[in-house]
Amino acid sequence: MSKQKIDKKAGIGTTGAGSKLKSQLALQTMVLPGLILILLFSYVPLSGIVVAFKDYNIYKGILASPWVGLKHFETFFKSRNFIEIMRNTLAISSLKLLFGFPAPIILAILLNEVRNIRNRRIFQTITYMPHFVSWVVVAGMLTTLLSVDGGTVNTILTKLKIVKDPVNFLSSPQYFWAILVSANVWKSTGFNAIIFMAAISGINPELYEAASLDGASRFKQIFVITLPSILTQIVIVLILNVSNILNAGFDDILLLTNNGDNSILMSVADVIDTYVYRIGIKAQRFSFATAAGLFKSVINILMLLFANAVSRKLGDVSLW
Amino acid sequence: MVRKKSASDMTLSIVAYAVLLFLAVIMIYPFWNLIIISFNDGIDSLKGGLTVWPRVFTFENYAYVFKDSRLVAAFRVTVFRTVIVTVGSTLVTSMFAFAVSRRNLRFRKTYMKVCTVTMYVSAGLIPNFLLMQSLHLVNTFWVFVFPALFNAYNMIIYRSFFDNLPEGLLEAAKIDGAGEYRTFFSVVLPVSKPVIATLALFTAVTEWNDWFKGAIYIKSPSLVPLPTLLRQIINTNAMSQLMAQMGGTASEKMSESNISTRSLSAATIIISTIPIIAVYPFLQKYFASGVMLGAVKG
Repeated sequence: MSKQKIDKKAGIGTTGAGSKLKSQLALQTMVLPGLILILLFSYVPLSGIVVAFKDYNIYKGILASPWVGLKHFETFFKSRNFIEIMRNTLAISSLKLLFGFPAPIILAILLNEVRNIRNRRIFQTITYMPHFVSWVVVAGMLTTLLSVDGGTVNTILTKLKIVKDPVNFLSSPQYFWAILVSANVWKSTGFNAIIFMAAISGINPELYEAASLDGASRFKQIFVITLPSILTQIVIVLILNVSNILNAGFDDILLLTNNGDNSILMSVADVIDTYVYRIGIKAQRFSFATAAGLFKSVINILMLLFANAVSRKLGDVSLW
Repeated sequence: MVRKKSASDMTLSIVAYAVLLFLAVIMIYPFWNLIIISFNDGIDSLKGGLTVWPRVFTFENYAYVFKDSRLVAAFRVTVFRTVIVTVGSTLVTSMFAFAVSRRNLRFRKTYMKVCTVTMYVSAGLIPNFLLMQSLHLVNTFWVFVFPALFNAYNMIIYRSFFDNLPEGLLEAAKIDGAGEYRTFFSVVLPVSKPVIATLALFTAVTEWNDWFKGAIYIKSPSLVPLPTLLRQIINTNAMSQLMAQMGGTASEKMSESNISTRSLSAATIIISTIPIIAVYPFLQKYFASGVMLGAVKG
């Protein structure tokens, strides 16, 4: 019967109805493994969000645990930690935005000023490299470089007499944000520059020729040609960055605070995601942690919609 | 006039080179610092001040790493995990993408929507953790594999690549009587090398570097992946530095040999990083175009 149906739909064609059906079946089996994985690992957990509104009990399971409404959200908003966590989250991600957003644009422009292709490629390869190493490795590097007893940074600072005694950078709350943001800029700038490099390479060379005939120096061309030509990419990256404002980081923070156990640092380092991890996985308060996580996800989606709407209004640029 | 202009252009070039050289040093130095510590005598490196060159050269740290059964086991877990997920995810994801790129696929719009929603909405850490528990994946090797076999972002990139394949290519395969599977494996995949190389590289790097799954889902030491173990070693190193600094007697020297936690963690970091650094320049020519494709379609 289904064969007839498809036969009718297929209409004219060089191949027979049997092979149409066979091809449809083949395509459906190609979709199937992916579809099962999406449903199981992305949609089933979505239903698990209900534990945020329940008092989850491991022995009763999700369904039998009692409903408690918004109790966990109230506890979260009223807790002493809430203000501190929100401050850290917003401060860290704003700093990451402030330094991490312009850096790749500047790097792409600098790379574009290197006219020798071979040299440019070497610089590119070197600046991408940190993107490919694990945060674990970056944390290990920082521990080594910033070590109190003879790390390179302290060696240089004491030799130049900038500080008298070596500074214990990784246990001092006042340096934490600077170290975290610098490490992020170090790790991501090269790779994030790729999108801008691609956009710059698409600019019509005649524009530059015309500008230099008009007497514009290469420095001036950056501002009148290069930057305006890659504005779309700049706006898209900015939208994505702004909508990620509550994703202040996770791996980097956990790894630089000894898995969240460094209590000296937690007053400046604890953000929503690390809090969810500490309360949920380590302290096993599943319902409370899910509520805190859900709060973040909802704000994130609203931010994304908002940022996308603004940029659509202002510059005709949109993610979808 | 002309002379003045070229002088300003000259300055710009010099400034660009100077800044980039400085950046290159900053990018490379942290690696170099670990390399010299990994080749330096463990006890000697505790004195600090190793900045440019090893003081007491030795291979001992590496010899120790290769003998340490924990590290060897962790290395094996990571290699298996990376290979299985990279091959599996490439296959599952690209096959899905190929099917939804075909216009005659029934429900293709639904499939696309089901997939793209997951890019913006995710359940978060705890519901995922509870799911792994109820699927009895916790503390098994498969917790690394199954959830990673499909990647929505990669699917979008594969699809936009397949969408742009010349229509004639698929037509020719059809006329030759090739079924969908044969078309996919012997016509589409071979011409998709750049995008496969790029996305496979990204998947492999993610798997190779991931420490978090190992930290929350794994309890048996024999299943701990390399980055997770590395993190434990680095933490021990950081802790012992802290102890030493607080005047404690806890020594960073490891019992029976000339190895210290510092030299051990440096050698382990270098070993775990080498495969990535070694592979990626070869794939770089592919991934520049692959990433651009994603960026343009993004």
